[in-house]
Amino acid sequence: MKYLKFLLVGIFFGIVLVKSEAVSWYRIFEMFKFQSFHMYGIIGSAVSLGILFIWLFKKYKVQSVAGKEINLQPKDKGFTRYILGGTIFGLGWALAGACPGPMYVLVGTGVFSMLIVIAAAVLGTFAYGVLKNKLPH
Amino acid sequence: MEVILQPWPWYISGPLLATTMLLLVYFGKTFGMSSNLRTFCSIAGAGKYSDYFRFNWRDQRWNLTVVLGAVIGGFLATQYLSDGSTMALNPETVSDLSEFGFTQIGETLLPPEIFSWDYVLSIKGLSILIIAGFLVGFGTRYAGGCTSGHAITGLSNLQLPSLIAVIGFFIGGLIMTFFILPLIF
Repeated sequence: MKYLKFLLVGIFFGIVLVKSEAVSWYRIFEMFKFQSFHMYGIIGSAVSLGILFIWLFKKYKVQSVAGKEINLQPKDKGFTRYILGGTIFGLGWALAGACPGPMYVLVGTGVFSMLIVIAAAVLGTFAYGVLKNKLPH
Repeated sequence: MEVILQPWPWYISGPLLATTMLLLVYFGKTFGMSSNLRTFCSIAGAGKYSDYFRFNWRDQRWNLTVVLGAVIGGFLATQYLSDGSTMALNPETVSDLSEFGFTQIGETLLPPEIFSWDYVLSIKGLSILIIAGFLVGFGTRYAGGCTSGHAITGLSNLQLPSLIAVIGFFIGGLIMTFFILPLIF
């Protein structure tokens, strides 16, 4: 059952996102209004620990379960696609109050209207794929 | 048990989120939830329209499994691990949202004024959800990642592109929150 560990990580992720309230539209609104430290604390502490452990993984050449050296694929260099794509994403994030991870989690919490948002996100991804070669990157 | 049922503070949630990312890296994968949107397109046959969708989606089954787990996790957390308390939002946030006409602020995870079927089944309500989803899906693939891929994984790996993307996330988020939401509500 090689997929079991991924299922368990997903369950863990879903529980953490609900219990941290990071899936809440209200928390995202509050974050963008700079009215609470909550979301900044979550992202900030996650990234701080992430930096430390990724650095340790590399320093001690920690191997993944498959016995390969851990090596995160760097993103392509560039500016335009990241700032423009990021801004478009941010507009949607603040309107839906959810980014792709929380969208799935929220369906599990019983908010089935989120399926409309997910369907529209798939459509948006399709539109990007079709227009990809015409966009500045 | 009571501690688990209450909302978890940021200094517990953040490290647990980092754990999610690090576990996936340890399993030889990366933490990136928006890649699944591309996989869905590929499964649905979008490869006919763009080479962007021409890849072996079966290699992404592990990530689809994470999605399935996330849905189950969301179910378990609300059914068995929550005490149903009202969220401890900043009173200023509550007052800002009252001005939008929102009434049950923080009683549930999401405002019924956007996500309950009464509102969703109106032209305005449906448009909000479709436009929001479309922007997220288009933007995340244009930027090559979302909050998990860029903000958590990319920043942890000290990648400049991810920092630029996260700055973009905030430019968009601030424009929506300060200028567009007040026009909508």
